[in-house]
Amino acid sequence: MLNIKCPYCGDRSQKEFAYGGDGTITRPKLNQEISDEEWDNFVYLRKSPRGKHIELWHHIAGCRQWFKVERDTTTHEIFRTFKPEE
Amino acid sequence: MSQNFRLNTGGLINRDKPIEFKFNGKKYIGYEGDTLASALLANGIHLIGRSFKYHRPRGFFGAGVDEPNAKMQVEINGCSEPNINATEIELVNGLSASSQNCWPSVNFDIGAINNFLNRFFPAGFYYKTFMWPKSFWYRVYEPFIRKAAGLGVASLEKDKERYEHKYEYCDLLVTGSGPAGLASAYAAAKNGAKVILAEDKPRYGGTLLTDDVTIDNLSGKDWSEKIVSELKEMPNVIVKNRSQVFGYYDHNMMVMFERTGDHLEKKPKYTPRQRLWYIRAKEVLLSTGSIERPIVFGNNDTPGVFLSAAAKEYMKVYGVLVGKKPIIFTNNDSGYETAIEFKKNGVNPIVLDTREDQNSELINEAKDLDIKIKFSYAVIVAHGYKKVKSATIGKLNKEKIDFENTEQIDCDSICVSGFWTPTVHLASQSGNKLKFNDSIDAFVPDKSKQNEHSLGAANGTFTLQDTLKNSFNTGSEVSKNITKKDEKIQIPNTNERIYSAHDKFWCSPLPKGKHYKRFVDFQNDVAVSDIEVALREGYRSIEHVKRYTTLGMATDQGRTSNLNGLQLVANVEKKIVPQVGHTTFRPPFTPVTIGTIVGREIGKEYMPTRKTPMHHWHEKNNAVWVDAGAWKRPRYYKRGNENLFEASKREAKNVRDHVGVCDVTTLGKIDIKGPDAAEFLNRVYTNAWLKLPVGKARYGVMLREDGIVMDDGTTTRISENRYHMTTTTAQAANVLSHLEYYLQIVWPELNVNVVSTTEQWAGAAIAGPKSRDLLAKLFPKIDVSNEALPFMGYVEGDLFGVKARIFRISFSGELAYEINVESDFGLFMWEKIIEIGEEFNVQPYGTEALSTLRIEMGHVAGPELDGRTIPYDVSLEGLVSKKKDFIGKRSLAKEAFNKADRQKIVGLVPLDRKSSIPEGSHLVENKNAKLPNPKLGHVSSSCWSVENNNPFSLAILKDGKNMIGKKLFAVSPLKNTSIEVEVMSSHYVDHEGKRVRS
Ligand SMILES: [Zn+2]
Repeated sequence: MLNIKCPYCGDRSQKEFAYGGDGTITRPKLNQEISDEEWDNFVYLRKSPRGKHIELWHHIAGCRQWFKVERDTTTHEIFRTFKPEE
Repeated sequence: MSQNFRLNTGGLINRDKPIEFKFNGKKYIGYEGDTLASALLANGIHLIGRSFKYHRPRGFFGAGVDEPNAKMQVEINGCSEPNINATEIELVNGLSASSQNCWPSVNFDIGAINNFLNRFFPAGFYYKTFMWPKSFWYRVYEPFIRKAAGLGVASLEKDKERYEHKYEYCDLLVTGSGPAGLASAYAAAKNGAKVILAEDKPRYGGTLLTDDVTIDNLSGKDWSEKIVSELKEMPNVIVKNRSQVFGYYDHNMMVMFERTGDHLEKKPKYTPRQRLWYIRAKEVLLSTGSIERPIVFGNNDTPGVFLSAAAKEYMKVYGVLVGKKPIIFTNNDSGYETAIEFKKNGVNPIVLDTREDQNSELINEAKDLDIKIKFSYAVIVAHGYKKVKSATIGKLNKEKIDFENTEQIDCDSICVSGFWTPTVHLASQSGNKLKFNDSIDAFVPDKSKQNEHSLGAANGTFTLQDTLKNSFNTGSEVSKNITKKDEKIQIPNTNERIYSAHDKFWCSPLPKGKHYKRFVDFQNDVAVSDIEVALREGYRSIEHVKRYTTLGMATDQGRTSNLNGLQLVANVEKKIVPQVGHTTFRPPFTPVTIGTIVGREIGKEYMPTRKTPMHHWHEKNNAVWVDAGAWKRPRYYKRGNENLFEASKREAKNVRDHVGVCDVTTLGKIDIKGPDAAEFLNRVYTNAWLKLPVGKARYGVMLREDGIVMDDGTTTRISENRYHMTTTTAQAANVLSHLEYYLQIVWPELNVNVVSTTEQWAGAAIAGPKSRDLLAKLFPKIDVSNEALPFMGYVEGDLFGVKARIFRISFSGELAYEINVESDFGLFMWEKIIEIGEEFNVQPYGTEALSTLRIEMGHVAGPELDGRTIPYDVSLEGLVSKKKDFIGKRSLAKEAFNKADRQKIVGLVPLDRKSSIPEGSHLVENKNAKLPNPKLGHVSSSCWSVENNNPFSLAILKDGKNMIGKKLFAVSPLKNTSIEVEVMSSHYVDHEGKRVRS
């Protein structure tokens, strides 16, 4: 069980969080002209990197804030956690 | 025979308290403080089980977690459990144990024929023999193997015991209370650190209980008692015995298993049997000690062969002799400690030392005590079937690969010491890549991946002085960094005997022409020859050898076998051990009961139960419950002998004819607030929201980005910047997370806040032609006319002094209202509705009637919004805005979603107007077509239409639009039905939606 530092609440056990996927994806703007391929990339395609990965986590059993975590996918080492705007 | 092998004095047992127990049906006496193993040995019982594969007689070998053989079926307080290590379970009155792995009995075991056929039972035997024919596996092979080789029997009774979980946080967790553990815990505690010290055994002290050492002029045992009592006094320290840290997980999450109940004769009520601790430690100090290595020789699995340190522990801790005529077979000085202990207790051992004649403090002491020592000697083979009777020993030649001469000597036990293996399991679990230490022929921890340090013997440090020095220092250093305190501690003076160098000898050679079985892994019955076969057959990687031969697997995890196995592979492969590498150690280090892992989360405690404020009313009125996630909802209210079908029909009919009331508290409710709330809803829902006036509700559908319908529900504009959203019961949590994601991550510029209010509001839906009359009586001050409160209208009112929200919305398709009050008044509201509604024939209705009503109206719900449908599929195209963008809109342009024959919701009625169509049935054109019969769609929801008095179903059907009027078959292979149906519109009742607006 990982130990994750919520940027709002501090250190908490993984049990309190939900994983939210790749944290580097930007949603296309509303009403943006976009090709089928670009849209499909946004909706479906995700990298599965070995090593450092920036991901989203949601403190569902806590402050209910979404935030970002930089984590090593092989060792589970967490390098930093930060607010989405940082 | 009564305790013939118990010494008259000595040991840490309580001789004033005899304890009666049973083994294989026979009664025996032991003492308080005994383990089941020590009590049996005191009674001279050595034959305790049969081996896993060859069914050879097996006896005790170790004295603690090192024990590979003594797995027993143990019954305490009527709770029967298999695979209990007899060396670890404490003796209590009434304990009853029996042997495993033997059938029909331990003394006569049919499977032992395997032993005489052992040339046919090579490595990989199971893989090779029971492969073919495949059909034999379940019918013939598996039942036979299970009967002959099973590892005990799991009880079929419900476990009545209580198990608990506990979470704890600390600065330092210290695993093991030997010298390293005590010193480091003490130093850290003195620095003010929050320390947990965990000891697996009932007694603290580890090797200090059995080694002849002094610390600051105290015996090891007295020193350990002094330190433990000081630690127990300190408020920042938790000291736990009977507690095994068995798992090392990510981010220093340690899992510990505490035996809280089994040793108590009368367990107080609510004391759990066992407790699982989740401990998050800033630092972990691994003081797990080391386990003695066996030396491999012929028939070394015969009962009466022990680890030498175990034999010493049985004498010093339990006052028990493992034999009265022991051979000590050693390659290092440890064997002499055991020999000296025997001698002190009046037994004359003979020591076979594989080394050449030499001197050390211990050897000289043994010589002074007139202990018979044979240098350059080894045990070749033990004789005796169910117990050691004699041994053939031999003088090793110079290269130690053959014998110069051999002789047979009488003995009743053989105590082996092949030096010490650090217990590195937890370090390895933490991700520490181990390194090989040549000077001790074993792996020790290398670089830490997590915040852990190994100390003392666990780190390959085998002298007390170095262990104490390093452990006090590490305890200080590590805690100082956390607490910023630096209390100086005087490192105590020690007195111990220094060992001379050990010999690398680990396996006796076979004399020419002899084929004695020499076991490496007792628990898994792996002999030297098995590993040799695996290597001959081409297995190279140690991980493959492990799986093929089962070396080092199961509950034993190679505690005594690992290094000898590696040594053997290295020898055959002409490599050195570090080149062979080691297999991965996995949690749990020792077996853990399933009960402990599950804890209190069993039965109805498996997950929380959510009850609405009206729950007890439903209960009193014969509600039959259905689970809706964690919620309990009335499925129907049983009257007399009604069944589900009859009751739900009655309830639904009453709604259509009069008025019904349904508890809708479980619907998800989200309060949405802020100046940008309208804009936000406009992006979340597929339809337009910018122009919804205050005091109006609107039905909305939300999609995922991939265009699939996520949820539906109504949202009401309560005031200028405040909305009340409802979600389905099932999706409430997901919708909230979804909204939070878009507000926090995607569009943080929107000034909107969302919060769940599901539990703040109790909800009751009143539905049916008489619902307006009822509402008028409930809220006499409000104008509830169709003009004042039209369909999708909202008004606030006063329900006999309670503030209420009234929504004119309908799920049943009837004229209907939903009333919300604060949860505390939910029951009050409900009872008022029932009381005042009496004159209108009000009846409560459950989820089954609710489904019937919505199905015959063609309203979609979970079974249609199943994560595979887009709005067009379920006739919600009218709600999809062409003008504005919203979440998931771009996906709706996908080619597949716009194909002419795209699936569509339809209604189905059986041609015979009688047969109910099972949900999940497949729709096919020809019921007799060749398989696979092309599937056109499936039945999603079924009901008995109370309006038309015949079955009606909703289905998702390919090209559904053009199928209306066609006849198909609804086939259910599960129910073995095939019903001819007619396809029709999904709106079976009131297609124009007149009633809701009436
Ligand atoms: Zn938080």
